[in-house]
Amino acid sequence: MSVPRLELRHVTKRYGDVVANDDVALTVAPGEIHAVLGENGAGKSTLMKVVYGAVAPDAGEILWDGQPAEVRTPHDARALGIAMVFQHFSLFDSLTVAENVWLGLSRKVALRDVTERIRAKAAEYGLDVDPLRPVHVLSVGERQRVEIVRALLADPRLLILDEPTAVLTPQAVDKLFETLRQVAASGCSILYISHKLDEILELCHACTVLRGGRVVATCDPAQETTASLSRMMIGAEPPRLERRAAKLGPVALSVERLALPCHDRFGVPLEDVSLEVHAGEIVGIAGVSGNGQQELLAALSGEDPRADAGAIRLFGEPIGRTGAAGRRRRGLHFVPEERLGRGAVPSLSLATNMLLTRQEALRAFGWIDRAALRDQASGVLRRYWVKAAGPGAVARSLSGGNLQKYIVGRELDAVPKVLVVAQPTWGVDVGAAAQIHAELLRLRDAGAAVLVVSEELEELFALADRLHVIAKGRLSPPLPAADATVERIGEWMSGLWAGGPGRPEAVAGGPA
Amino acid sequence: MIRLDVRPTPSLAMSVLSPVIALTVTVTLGGLLFLALGKEPGRVLSMFLFEPFNGARALTELGLKCTPLILCALGLGLCFRANVWNIGAEGQFLMGAITGGGLALWVTNAQLALSPWAFFPLVVLAGAAGGAAWAGIVALLRDRFHANEILVSLMLVYVADLLLSWLVFGPWKDPRGFNFPQTVNFSASTEIPRIVPGLRLHWGFVFALVAAILMWLFMFRTYRGVRLQIGGPAPAAARYAGFSASSAIWTTLLLSGGLAGIAGAFEAVGPMGQLTPHVASGYGFTAVIVAFVGRLHPIGALLGSVVLSALVIGGQLAQSRVGLPASVSGVFQGILLLSLLACDTLIHHRLRLVGWSRRTAP
Repeated sequence: MSVPRLELRHVTKRYGDVVANDDVALTVAPGEIHAVLGENGAGKSTLMKVVYGAVAPDAGEILWDGQPAEVRTPHDARALGIAMVFQHFSLFDSLTVAENVWLGLSRKVALRDVTERIRAKAAEYGLDVDPLRPVHVLSVGERQRVEIVRALLADPRLLILDEPTAVLTPQAVDKLFETLRQVAASGCSILYISHKLDEILELCHACTVLRGGRVVATCDPAQETTASLSRMMIGAEPPRLERRAAKLGPVALSVERLALPCHDRFGVPLEDVSLEVHAGEIVGIAGVSGNGQQELLAALSGEDPRADAGAIRLFGEPIGRTGAAGRRRRGLHFVPEERLGRGAVPSLSLATNMLLTRQEALRAFGWIDRAALRDQASGVLRRYWVKAAGPGAVARSLSGGNLQKYIVGRELDAVPKVLVVAQPTWGVDVGAAAQIHAELLRLRDAGAAVLVVSEELEELFALADRLHVIAKGRLSPPLPAADATVERIGEWMSGLWAGGPGRPEAVAGGPA
Repeated sequence: MIRLDVRPTPSLAMSVLSPVIALTVTVTLGGLLFLALGKEPGRVLSMFLFEPFNGARALTELGLKCTPLILCALGLGLCFRANVWNIGAEGQFLMGAITGGGLALWVTNAQLALSPWAFFPLVVLAGAAGGAAWAGIVALLRDRFHANEILVSLMLVYVADLLLSWLVFGPWKDPRGFNFPQTVNFSASTEIPRIVPGLRLHWGFVFALVAAILMWLFMFRTYRGVRLQIGGPAPAAARYAGFSASSAIWTTLLLSGGLAGIAGAFEAVGPMGQLTPHVASGYGFTAVIVAFVGRLHPIGALLGSVVLSALVIGGQLAQSRVGLPASVSGVFQGILLLSLLACDTLIHHRLRLVGWSRRTAP
């Protein structure tokens, strides 16, 4: 065997009492796509931060091309030729895409050249990125694309990708995989962090499985199945979803010819959006991020109460101009895409964060019954298997997946009549995702109306009774889940339904 | 380059020692400063650090200084947590002094014989109304017209100042006051009851302590208080929850304006017993520092007010007794504040020198 590009020996990292990495070994050959598989909290992200120099290990050594290497800062890592796409993006909101990329480059490069290089790289890899858009208007999916292009611009020798496909269309995932295979064929090694088993089977040449901070297996994905990988990762197979036929009740949430001009010039205006969600069904909305999902969700949640009153109805009552709190009082709950800063206040405790959407612990005159509030939060922590120090832990201290479980749990626990969920399982591990899905189905079976907006088709196919696709601010007609195929939905994602807006690149390609 | 890294777990011992270290640094630097100016360092330092706390009289004078600072800082802390940047506590203080003092003046001129205990709640209400009305202008302009509250509240300080000047130079001037810009001395009916006879400390101090406890309860134990504090750090979460931004603006401004107004009224009818153009003497601005030294926490405001009051009193003592220039007192106060904040920062952060390793990297 040739000299490995990267080798880790006995890497250990502790945070207080928590051992994030325990005596971890990892070997990546040149040109190899190496999967690091594990649940949330298994230590994947910490390990990658060690490789990238963002975190100093307490013990262990790193060998680069067979030589001991000191990777003390990300700058050292980049100097070696390591590039990383983080799960949490490091982009400045107020700057454009090109300016963000420019910040990480030598000052000798002109901004115009950076813009051109981004366009070229994006075109080369089929990534839809407009270098002139400010980052604050981009959706999570679009931001991730920016990060991928930024990493590729450095022509790295080892590329680390942390859950890169979470927000891509199936076509885009295929394209990305082609890209990654190209990159690997040119000799660049890839560390591919994921918990999506089928992706690892399809893409990767080798796989290291982490559980509880330790390496539990190193395997060749070609010899494995999703079931065997899953067993290694969580020690058990994920529970299967039980689906019963939908028992349709009356229309709970209806949107009729909703049109909304956008807030800023990079937003997506909504046009002629109509949909109905009955009690007892789950309706899914698919689509590539940045096609109007954020705008539609804000209009539905009441965060943007500019719609015509009659354009949105809850059990027949016009609520288009009702605020978020008013809609919640009427039984409509919402799980936003952003957890920190929107779904939860980072600096406040989990218990206090209950108060964002729940008022059960309030007594006369708005007095907070702290014991009741803590009990309520503890209940959510327990029932939704949230890993946290307790109800007093600040929201910021939870991992993304655990905070997501907490927020979804908080809204499910309210037993809403209508639940609108954005990206219910983004960044959540397999076991927890299956659990959230089961809870959503249970809510449906109990007679609630559920609207799921997701960029993961698999999830929508698993959950939805009917599907819409959103493209360019317009919504497709509904499609019964039985008739939905990946190909058809994929086409619709490009706006190609009868009467649809056509190819989304026309909008997404440049400022409207 | 120097970088600040967040420490994963701040050391508990260091958190406790922080004020001690800050004090040591201040004493050392301050001592050197006084020495260089040819003053006895020990004597001057004791004026700042010891004499304001030495004896019942000194302590009550300290409490007297603390009272307006606490009241103003309580409201400001709430405002700042809600991301409402009310810089005009001084103006709201002045308006409270005008309404509270105006009430006392009316009682004096009408020769009403009231018990001071009956007058106490009235003057509280009058001061609160004046201060809240003044802050209400800020709230209205911010809420309706999106006017910047920093600018508006600050400029209203000067309007209030001029209004007070006009009153004491004009309609409210004491006819037998040798043309000095001041009102008549208020009658005994309007005097705030004193806690200990013979000492100037009045029940307004107790009022301020109770206000701090109530504010603490409001901020951390009531739904409304918690809601207010979410708009600051996480505006998107406040929108998601459906907490009204304009209600937060009104509540914080009216509350802080009211508290500053009460402080102004206490000052006018308490230690001064008349209105002069100098009733405010910067309490509203110093309270901004008090609020931040107290980490925008009501109980912190109590401690912060003690620190700032001692500095002010010490400065006055040093000026009158050893002729230390007022500007040097200011420098000394700056040293203490800076080392307090620096120690605080260094407990939660770690200084790291970066740049050398970067240059030598391959």
